Amino acid sequence: MNTAAREMQWAMWMRAASGGDAAAYRRFLEDVAPYLRAIARRRFFRSGRPEGEAEDVVQEILLALHLKRHTWDPDRPIGPWLAAITRNKLVDALRRGGHARAQVPIEEVMDSLAAQDRTDHGPAQELDRLLGRLADRQRAVVRAVSLEGASAREAAAQLKMTEGAVRVTLHRALRTLAALYGRDAA
Amino acid sequence: MKTSDLISALVQDPVPAPRLGRVLLAGLAGGVLLAALTFALALRPRPDLGEALEQLRVLAKFALGLGLATAATGLLGRLARPGVPGGGWRWSFLLPGLCVLVAVAAELVAVPPGAWEARLFGKNAAVCAPLILLISAGPLLCLLAALRHGAPTRPGLAGAVAGVAAGGIAATLYALHCPDDSPLFVAAWYSLAIGADALAGFLIGRRWLRW
Repeated sequence: MNTAAREMQWAMWMRAASGGDAAAYRRFLEDVAPYLRAIARRRFFRSGRPEGEAEDVVQEILLALHLKRHTWDPDRPIGPWLAAITRNKLVDALRRGGHARAQVPIEEVMDSLAAQDRTDHGPAQELDRLLGRLADRQRAVVRAVSLEGASAREAAAQLKMTEGAVRVTLHRALRTLAALYGRDAA
Repeated sequence: MKTSDLISALVQDPVPAPRLGRVLLAGLAGGVLLAALTFALALRPRPDLGEALEQLRVLAKFALGLGLATAATGLLGRLARPGVPGGGWRWSFLLPGLCVLVAVAAELVAVPPGAWEARLFGKNAAVCAPLILLISAGPLLCLLAALRHGAPTRPGLAGAVAGVAAGGIAATLYALHCPDDSPLFVAAWYSLAIGADALAGFLIGRRWLRW
């Protein structure tokens, strides 16, 4: 599939997602992740950073895409939006790693959105470390819906919370995690 | 944690965020309201407002404030979204700038050099900028808060533009009050205040608008 067709597909999934289609949203995130991985790995390699840590940035970008998904205007192409967020988070990560003036040309990110990396990637470390900084209840909710793969409803039953409370707690936890990246790194 | 596990978590969080355009509009509306409130508490419209509005040079005062506020808010709607170019809004600042330049030139031609200084300082030179800054505090905070809902990839620039918008709103209101109509006065003190707002917005935005 060429870039234009792929971006059309991503945009379609995102539009469906904003209408409440969770399956389309999952497809979008799963399909985008290998492209983010390809960019992050290449950039880390070029900066002499361990490529293994690139998966941390992939996760940080996914989290940012998620929390800022309402900033994409469905009437505009999705590629530039995706590239801008990716580049922003990539530069942040490189700067945290000591590359104080890391520059990532936006054209390079746009081009890279054409390549994907589906190699088996190990689990990333950073998110687990940040999980330790959440409040107990938030951590329990995030664990349930991620590592244990529970739905919000299942997590609610398991943790003796209402489903609404699980969703609110999860949303706050994700926002906290996104803010924690970088804040206490280095 | 594996990336697929993270995705599973994200999919369980469908909390729909309000549309960005609406949040920015709400920020603007709240800001204008706060500015009007500050104005009403601190100042009064000039008694001769009706007659004053018939003069071209008085209208130039409003052109500066309203023009900058419009240009800056329009640009904010783009700066708040990642990957959206500034487009024509970047050039929209030229229009109010040009209005003021023309007005200044006309004033310099019409008024003998000996009177320039008196026109420049008018009656309110010392309080003009501080009052505009006071009125702009509310809209600046409202606009910055609304921008936090967005994702400006250039937080400092977005903050500065929010400062210009807030300064423009405040200058428009202040112009209802101030009897100093000389373009020399407006170009100096209004611009000083709006510039200070832009600087404040830049400094706050650089930290507070990061995401």
